[in-house]
Amino acid sequence: MKEYRGKSVYKGIAMGPALVLHNKDQQVKRMRIEDAEAELARLEQAKQESQEQLQRLYEKALKEVGESNAAIFEVHQMMLEDPDYLESIENIIRTEMINAEYAAALTGDNFSQMFAAMEDDYMRARAADIKDISERLIRNLLGYIDMDFSQIPPSIIVADDLSPSETVQMDKKKILAFVTVHGSSNSHTSILARMMNIPALIGVRVPIDEIENGTEVIVDGVEERAIFNPDGDVRRKAEEQIREAEEKQRLLQDMKGKENVTLDGRKVNLYANIGSVSDVGYALENDAGGIGLFRSEFLYLGRSDFPSEEEQFQAYKQVVQTMGEKKVIIRTLDIGADKQAEYFHLGKEDNPALGYRAIRICLAQPDIFKTQLRALLRAAVYGNLSIMYPMIIDPEEVKKIYDIVSEVEEELKRKEIPYQIPEQGIMIETPAAVMVSDELAELVDFFSIGTNDLIQYTLAIDRQNEKLEEFYNPHHKAILRMIEMVVNNAHKAGKWAGICGELGADSDLTETFLQMGVDELSVAPSMILNLRKKIRGIRITN
Amino acid sequence: MNKFEYTIKDEVGIHARPAGMLVKEAKKYESKIIVSANGKSAEATKLMAVMGLGVKCGQTVEVKITGGDEDTAYKNMKDFFETNL
Repeated sequence: MKEYRGKSVYKGIAMGPALVLHNKDQQVKRMRIEDAEAELARLEQAKQESQEQLQRLYEKALKEVGESNAAIFEVHQMMLEDPDYLESIENIIRTEMINAEYAAALTGDNFSQMFAAMEDDYMRARAADIKDISERLIRNLLGYIDMDFSQIPPSIIVADDLSPSETVQMDKKKILAFVTVHGSSNSHTSILARMMNIPALIGVRVPIDEIENGTEVIVDGVEERAIFNPDGDVRRKAEEQIREAEEKQRLLQDMKGKENVTLDGRKVNLYANIGSVSDVGYALENDAGGIGLFRSEFLYLGRSDFPSEEEQFQAYKQVVQTMGEKKVIIRTLDIGADKQAEYFHLGKEDNPALGYRAIRICLAQPDIFKTQLRALLRAAVYGNLSIMYPMIIDPEEVKKIYDIVSEVEEELKRKEIPYQIPEQGIMIETPAAVMVSDELAELVDFFSIGTNDLIQYTLAIDRQNEKLEEFYNPHHKAILRMIEMVVNNAHKAGKWAGICGELGADSDLTETFLQMGVDELSVAPSMILNLRKKIRGIRITN
Repeated sequence: MNKFEYTIKDEVGIHARPAGMLVKEAKKYESKIIVSANGKSAEATKLMAVMGLGVKCGQTVEVKITGGDEDTAYKNMKDFFETNL
């Protein structure tokens, strides 16, 4: 048994046979050639094939992990067309009369060393991209086909580092975990591992050349260690942990297709919180009745400029179409506080949680807001879409929003662009909104209580501050009374009220919420079946 | 020849994606476009060379444009930097 420490990228535990991916650049041999032109033609052919593969990878990644993560393959395509890079390979072939494989390997090494020597972490990480395209070129020159990951048994991938093209090709049902010697938490491997919910450990100093395929490995993302050839006891413990997790999952599968109804017949909607277009799959897999909170920030974060109306429209349209009849509640831009995008130029604030964020930005900079509203109104034609506005404190804000919506509507009408005015609701996440929820209920179609911020603002406790942990009580009577007040005020006006914060998934409170008359709980997709099970065992006694 | 200076506002500097966009834009013109920063220069049509400049947020780049369509290229490249970087 041998244990190695590493850095956990995605927490979770897995056990299985190792599949070791050795560096592929070791097999390139230097060979003399006779005909340089023929060699250049081979290079051109391999380049074409590489471009086609990258295009396919780009399209696959676009579907599975979204535009910002897929963009790397577009960059790879451009790198492969880089005149300096190609010229270097061609020069080596011509002047030294050696094979294209070797010329590509040499050039790849030179260029990646240039990046590896740079000061900036981000640029250093790009050395891996250059290696990746060079290896692809070499594989195509050698006539190797891309490794078909769909053919491997469920395994734990052990590698020096994984290239983006390797990670995206992998069939995630077959990958139990990743263990890599190198890689940073900024690397594509890490980003994709998190996206695909696969346990991953990086920076594990394991001698991969000594590891044989099939060696048993435990990857423990919680304890941040990888154990090779585990002893009986360790093995049994891991097996037990995995079995428990699986058993829980399996039992929950029985809940699919069942109603969210209590023993005495009270029904409640269980919706999913999602953060990107690709998360819709998880929502449907877990039998969500709808999307209760679609955070639209993913369209704005991790990029260098505002997303266009068209880009937003396509994303919203795809989600509502995929969900069919089911409700999709899209929350408008909630940037600021802990979610920053440089191009908004928000600047530093002493108190960002109480600062310029969410609807405040939208009302102060209506151009940003209008672009999003236009996209939403257009997408509403294609399904059951609702809009939800965050961080409201005053009925006047809702009136201002409606004025802006009217302007957008006028514009769409004038241009004869198809649109629909959907249901519009608000997040209740400030104590102010709670206190005036009677007036707000008259104006909107629904409430969704954002408990994370509501708790923080009500208890005056910053959740990021570890020192305050002992004071933090999400079950505080003040919070529960607030929720009850909001639900009552909604019902008085004939509107519905739900909870989309983390508290909604807290099964200790499910009964309390149902007694209060909460109409909807929106939770992480993985929590839905769990909650359904809980609800079906509850009797609301009055 | 036309030239302008620009201070990078993008938080991550000229990283891979913006560099790719820059190359795409520069390829539209017949003029030779040279980007200089940190004592190094790169042709704007060469992706790895541009990335190799390692331009970070807050640094100033100089862009020189020489050729038949240098006036159009100057205007559009300037726009490009201002909107994207």
